Amino acid sequence: MKAFTTLNGLVCPLDRANVDTDAIIPKQFLKSIKRSGFGPYLFDEWRYTNYGEPGMDCSTRPLNPDFVLNQPRYQGAQVLLARDNFGCGSSREHAPWAIEDQGFRVIIAPSFADIFFNNCYKNGILPIVASAEQVDTLFKECFANEGYKLNVDLEAQTVTTPSGQSFSFDITPTRKHNLLNGLDEIGLTLQHADKIKAFEEKHQAAQPWLFA
Amino acid sequence: MAGKTLYDKLWESHVVHEEADGTCLIYIDRHLVHEVTSPQAFEGLRMAGRKPWRNSSIVANPDHNTPTKDWDKGIEDPISRLQVETLDNNIKEFGALVYFPFKNKDQGIIHVIGPENGTTLPGMTVVCGDSHTSTHGAFGALAHGIGTSEVEHVLATQTLVAKKSKSMLVRVDGKLGKGVTAKDVALAIIGKIGTAGGTGYAIEFGGEVIRGLSMEGRMTLCNMAIEAGARAGLVAPDEKTAAYLEGRLHAPKGDNWTKAVAYWNTLSSDADATFDTVVVLNGAEIAPQVTWGTSPEQVLPIGSTVPDPAKEADATKRTSIENALKYMGLTANTPIEQIQLDKIFIGSCTNSRIEDLRAAASVAKGKKVASNIKLAMVVPGSGQVKRQAEAEGLDKIFIEAGFEWREPGCSMCLAMNSDRLSPGERCASTSNRNFEGRQGPGGRTHLVSPEMAAAAAIAGHFVDVRSA
Ligand code: SF4
Repeated sequence: MKAFTTLNGLVCPLDRANVDTDAIIPKQFLKSIKRSGFGPYLFDEWRYTNYGEPGMDCSTRPLNPDFVLNQPRYQGAQVLLARDNFGCGSSREHAPWAIEDQGFRVIIAPSFADIFFNNCYKNGILPIVASAEQVDTLFKECFANEGYKLNVDLEAQTVTTPSGQSFSFDITPTRKHNLLNGLDEIGLTLQHADKIKAFEEKHQAAQPWLFA
Repeated sequence: MAGKTLYDKLWESHVVHEEADGTCLIYIDRHLVHEVTSPQAFEGLRMAGRKPWRNSSIVANPDHNTPTKDWDKGIEDPISRLQVETLDNNIKEFGALVYFPFKNKDQGIIHVIGPENGTTLPGMTVVCGDSHTSTHGAFGALAHGIGTSEVEHVLATQTLVAKKSKSMLVRVDGKLGKGVTAKDVALAIIGKIGTAGGTGYAIEFGGEVIRGLSMEGRMTLCNMAIEAGARAGLVAPDEKTAAYLEGRLHAPKGDNWTKAVAYWNTLSSDADATFDTVVVLNGAEIAPQVTWGTSPEQVLPIGSTVPDPAKEADATKRTSIENALKYMGLTANTPIEQIQLDKIFIGSCTNSRIEDLRAAASVAKGKKVASNIKLAMVVPGSGQVKRQAEAEGLDKIFIEAGFEWREPGCSMCLAMNSDRLSPGERCASTSNRNFEGRQGPGGRTHLVSPEMAAAAAIAGHFVDVRSA
C-alpha cells in the first residue's frame, strides 16, 4: 500500500449526496480480474455521454461537459470534496481503486458509508469526515476560487485552506500508523499468528460444529 | 453492570486480539466467496506465496455473471466467462468446503445457498466480499460485507481487522396487515431512518413482528440492513431458526446438534441490555411500499403520490428529489398506482427464496401478465429453490400467467449478465437497490415485495396488493 503523509492538492467538488458505488464505478467494469486501470471509468455514466464497456479507449469517448470532473479547472485534482453518505451501496473495492487510479488521495465529506470508508484505507486513500458546515464552506470557497487547493497533513491531522484556515480530523491511531508507513496489513496480522491459532483451538473445543 | 446485547455476545466471542485504540482482530468462521470480488484477493495471496488459513471455512459459487437461460450455450460474454473460470481455478488451487460451479444443480446466489446448506449458523461470524452478506444475520450470525483487500486478509489470516460498531435496536411491534411482507417492513424502516441511518451501527431487529417472520422473511429484512447503512443486521435465533437448520447438509448432527441448540439459546440480548439507539415502528401501520426514486429511502406506501420538490424546504433534499424524478421520468404528484411498467423482476438475494416465489405465485395464479409488460421474469435464488418450486408446480403457474421461468443467479438485480433494462425502461423489482443504472444503463427501478411485483405484472401498473 502507498504511504500517505502530506498533500497539497487541487480540489474537485462533487455536489451530490448519497453518491453510490454503482455511480462511482458501474458494474460492467467489475468483470475485470485486475486491480488497476479503473481510473478512466470513474463515474462513467456521469462522465461520458455514451455507454462504457470494459477495455474501451476512453480518450476518444464523448465527454459530458457539465460533469465536474470534465471541467478544465479541476484537471489533476487530488482531493475529492463530497456530500453526505459518500460511497453507499456495494462493497466493491473497485470504487476506491477507480478513485485512486484517477489520482485522488483524499476524500472529504460529512459522512461516508462504512464499507467504502474502510476500503479507502486499504488503498492509501485518506477519507476525512468534516462537519456539514465545514464541508459547505469548502464547497463555497472551491466554487469561488479557481485553482483551489487544500493542504492535508496526516501526522498533524489537519486540513488547511488557501487562506490559512485550518480544521482537524479524527483517525484511529492504528489506521494512521499504517497509512503513514504504507504497511501491509496481512503481514502485521500474521505477527499474531500464534494468538490466532490459540484462539482457534479454544473456539473449536467450544463449538466443534463450526469446524465440521 | 448492564446486560449484553446479542451483538456484544457475538463480538466478544470472536475477539482474538485488541489494540489500545480498540481496533480488534476478529476471528472469521465462515467465508463466502463469489467471482466478482475475489480474483484480485486470490491473486494477492498467490503473489505473496500465502495459503488460505483454513480453506474449510470457504463456501463459494459464481452468481453475478452467470446467465439465467440457455445454460447449454455457456457464458457468452468472454469477460464474464473469464471471471467465472478464474473462480473455478482459484478454488481448484486453494480449496473450499463447498463449491458449486456454474451449472451445478445446487448453484445459486451466494446468500441463498449459504443458509440452505446449513453453512450459515447462529453464533458465527460470516463475511463475504459482498455488501448483502448482512442477510446471514437473520440466523443470529454476525455477518457483513467486506472489500477485496479484506477478502485477501481473511483468506490469509482467518481474521478481520475491525472496530466494534454502535448498537441499534429496531423494534417492530404489533402485527403486520394482510399483504404486508418483510420487504415492506425493510423499506418502511429505511424510509424512516434513511439510507445512512444505520451507518456505524449493527442493527438488531426485534419485536413481535420480527418474531412472527419466517426465516425467509428475516433474511429479506437483514439483507436490506445495508441499504439502511448498517453493515450488519441481526435477529436473535429461536425455534424457527433451529427448525429451519435441522437436517441441512452442513448443520451440526447428533450430539453436536443438541449442544449447538443449547448454545444458540443463549444468543439473545439480555433484558437489561442497552442500545445506543432504539427505533420503534408499529407493524399495523406499515402498508405495502414502493420506491419512487434512485435511493431506497425514496420510498412511499402504495396509495401515495410522487413527492413534489417544490414542497421541500431543504435545498440539498430538493435537488435530490429533482434529480431522482428526472432520472425516473416521473412528474411530481403522480399517484404511484398510475405508474405504468415495462418489466417485472422477481428474484435477487432479497426475495428469491421459496416463500417469496409462493407468495408471488399466489397472486399470479390463474391471471395473465398485462399486455404492456414486455418481460416478466422469475429467477429462483438457487437450484434447490428452483427444484422445490417446480415440485410445487409454481413454475407452471408463472409460465401460464406469462412470466419467464429462469435458471438461478443474481440476474437483473445488477445486470452483470445479459438480463437488463434498456434505457428508459421501468421495472418493478424485488431486488434491493434502485440506484441509477443498477438494472442497466438508464433503467428505472422501483423496489417492491414479490406480491406487489406479481400484482403489478398483472395490472401493468402498481396496485395495492391488498385490494388486487
Ligand atoms: S442478488 Fe443482487 S444484491 Fe444479491 S448478491 Fe447478487 S447482485 Fe448482490
